[in-house]
Amino acid sequence: MQILFKTHYDQDIDHLAIRGERLRILGALALALAAPLLIDSYFVGELSIFLVYILAGLGLMVLIGFSGQVSFGHSAFLGIGAYCHSVLLGQGVPFVLSLPAAALLAGLVGAALGRAASKMHGFYMAIATLAFAIVVETILGEWTGVTGGHMGLEVPPLAVFGVELGEPWQQYYLILAVVLFCIWGVANLMRAPKGRMMIAVRDSETSARSLGVDIARVKIAAFFVSAMLTGLAGGLMAHLLFYISPDTFGINESLKLLLMVIVGGVGTITGAIFGAVFVTVLPVAIAFLRDLAPPSLADVAGLEQFLFGGIIALFIIFEPAGIYGRWRKLRLFFETYPYYKRATFVRQKRYLKTERFK
Amino acid sequence: MSELVVENLTLSFGGIKAINDVSFSVEPGEIYAIIGPNGAGKSTIFNAVSRIYTPDAGTIRFRGEDLLARKPDQVVDLGLARTFQNIELFENATVLDNLLVGRSSKVRTSWLAEWFFSPEVRREEYAHRRKVEEILDLLDMQAHRHELVRDLPYGARKNVELARALCAEPKMLLLDEPASGLNPEETTDMSFWLKDIKEELGVTVVMVEHDMNLVGRLADRCMALGNGEVMAVGTVAEVQANAEVLTAYLGAPAA
Repeated sequence: MQILFKTHYDQDIDHLAIRGERLRILGALALALAAPLLIDSYFVGELSIFLVYILAGLGLMVLIGFSGQVSFGHSAFLGIGAYCHSVLLGQGVPFVLSLPAAALLAGLVGAALGRAASKMHGFYMAIATLAFAIVVETILGEWTGVTGGHMGLEVPPLAVFGVELGEPWQQYYLILAVVLFCIWGVANLMRAPKGRMMIAVRDSETSARSLGVDIARVKIAAFFVSAMLTGLAGGLMAHLLFYISPDTFGINESLKLLLMVIVGGVGTITGAIFGAVFVTVLPVAIAFLRDLAPPSLADVAGLEQFLFGGIIALFIIFEPAGIYGRWRKLRLFFETYPYYKRATFVRQKRYLKTERFK
Repeated sequence: MSELVVENLTLSFGGIKAINDVSFSVEPGEIYAIIGPNGAGKSTIFNAVSRIYTPDAGTIRFRGEDLLARKPDQVVDLGLARTFQNIELFENATVLDNLLVGRSSKVRTSWLAEWFFSPEVRREEYAHRRKVEEILDLLDMQAHRHELVRDLPYGARKNVELARALCAEPKMLLLDEPASGLNPEETTDMSFWLKDIKEELGVTVVMVEHDMNLVGRLADRCMALGNGEVMAVGTVAEVQANAEVLTAYLGAPAA
């Protein structure tokens, strides 16, 4: 275990100040960069989907994990991003303009929703965002002139500055660059005053306000950033799907994102990444196990959902901090071996809170 | 000129008049204590001054500015910071982050600049951290710097809240029961710190407090409230000798 002897503010401010962390991230990056050389192109495509889910999950993490607002409707932003990007590409707008435009539109719609939702809490907010997702899905289905309705919409091929990126590995690197840029940006926000303001709003609105934080503004901005990231993910996802239809972006997708955030570990960027591993790898693993299982078990309808739900329930009961929390414990176990003690992570007694001035 | 002037403040919740026609003023540089039995309206006055509640009638002026024209998050810009009776900290953040949130009213950088973490953001961050370290030093809290607030004992949390309010560089502090729940030793520490805050930082302190020992040691002036009305104002000794105050606390003497 390395103990950092701090002699400069930069050691608190900089990303990855601890050597072990730096090595791990570098290792992961090297692996990500080398991946297309190591595996065949089908899996490179799967890996791209995994990256897109990281981005979408990161968007939702900003909202749920950092600013403490819940959204059951993030599939809507995925849909808005995907459709806006595809429609603009179809109109002949170049990729480098259409992707940011799609993200911006999703962000603005998110900010509008955030404005309405910024005075709501808990259940009310969950219902409002759920309703919003249903409305967006319906609009995507009914606005046939633009979106092609339920028949779906073909996504134009991916081309940047006239260079067509048709190969999975080319798309993979493009997506990787966008995702890394966004992770870096969110990590920057979280070490800057705005990130701390979001945390403040999450943990105690009353005192945040009395310290000069404009709560409504922070909430709306958090919605904007969150929807923008998810919209961006939607735009990229469209290229991987080739063909998009409204039901791709239904409630199921929202729940999937929500599960990612919770199972990955609420409140950390790493949690969004771990969550994406969970939602993209688990279905593949279940399908694989199904092939091995005896037919009486393999043919049971809804086996995927059952296992999915079961795993989530187990996480919520036994490891509310998610995969990230488990990973932290595991790391500490090895770093402090043989002195690890379980009590390190046992929550201290909590104290009374003032009744909130809502 | 008085620092804080409250005139004819009235505030009711439904049919209950929490404060009724209360007027008082606080002079620059003094420690002003507000005492009174439970339900007298002490915290309500604080919540009205920090704009969490809007009064039904009356005016509140801070350094000549009309506070009622301000939103709750703009009060601290004028130099008025507060703590809460039951501790309102950001529990899942470190002490350092809590104190840095106290600097919120001084932040000038935009969302975009912070997304890219421009050199200017870093420069501002240095300045905020320097100020925060000064406060950590003043309240002797360096050891807790990187601990999560939820892992801290009660007494330390009280100090974090005081420190966080000081990080806003206030001209006046509103402290809602700074010594409640502290043991005698911690209370003594608190009284030294409050003296330091008054004398070294030149901050005016208004506090609601039940510990009369602490009030007697620190307060320059004292106001006693009962049932939402002012019973007495004066030095602590004067207020303690006031017949109405004695009746409110101890009941009427047997005839």
